Amino acid sequence: MYYIALSAILFAIGALGVLIRRNALIIFMSVELMLNAANLAFVAFANTYQQMNGQIIVFFVIAVAAAEVAVGLALIVAIFKTKQSIDVDTMSSLKG
Amino acid sequence: MSVDLILFLVLALVAVAAAIGMLVSQNAVYSALFLVINFATVAVFYLLLGAPFIAMAQITVYAGAIMVLFLFVIMLLGAEKLAPGKVLPYQRPLAIGLAVVLAGEAAYLLLSRVQSTTTILAPTGATNTVEEMRKLGMALFSDYLLPFEVTSILLLVAMVGAIVLTKREKGEQG
Repeated sequence: MYYIALSAILFAIGALGVLIRRNALIIFMSVELMLNAANLAFVAFANTYQQMNGQIIVFFVIAVAAAEVAVGLALIVAIFKTKQSIDVDTMSSLKG
Repeated sequence: MSVDLILFLVLALVAVAAAIGMLVSQNAVYSALFLVINFATVAVFYLLLGAPFIAMAQITVYAGAIMVLFLFVIMLLGAEKLAPGKVLPYQRPLAIGLAVVLAGEAAYLLLSRVQSTTTILAPTGATNTVEEMRKLGMALFSDYLLPFEVTSILLLVAMVGAIVLTKREKGEQG
């Protein structure tokens, strides 16, 4: 119970970070926080029902998060090269 | 109050405080360091929940690899701080209200789905760590073999993609 409530709180903080920050890197970190909150809920339920599946899903989520961070940070570096800024307000045009 | 519950409450306080610190600090480096604290406390939660392998993976992959990558990019770009710009006046209160609504909804839905009324604390008895790890490994390499192999391709694609995205074209002035 407590873990699920904590997971919901952490997820909400992550969502709040995506909504109010303008720094692309901090928005990205907030997304990581949300992934982490979901993982915590998975492990809590895996423990409640004494099932291995939850832990295995978390393992895959961690692997996907690692891949996502690599590509996402490469994108941020590429955007910084053209815009000289990582403020998400400046990323308003489709054409570089 | 059991020891586990006290430990949980203290760690939960640290986790939420670190998450809020990540949110409000103006310097991106501080944000990254707060997030490392948060990931470390979540790793301790995994240990409390009887998932030692996930806890170690969390420390090495999240707190280790991913956050080092973040810090590396922050310092490479020199983008610790943003110049203050115009912000919509109603954005912040609206966002906080929406986040509170989201937290309430999520907590209600998840709590109403949990059938047992017992608290999710302290797995029954001392779990045999080696036995748990063996079960995890067996499941990973039998039932979940295909997703496991697909993950390796995914990581390869991510690696190639990151290189292609940051590579400078021939003759281009960077």
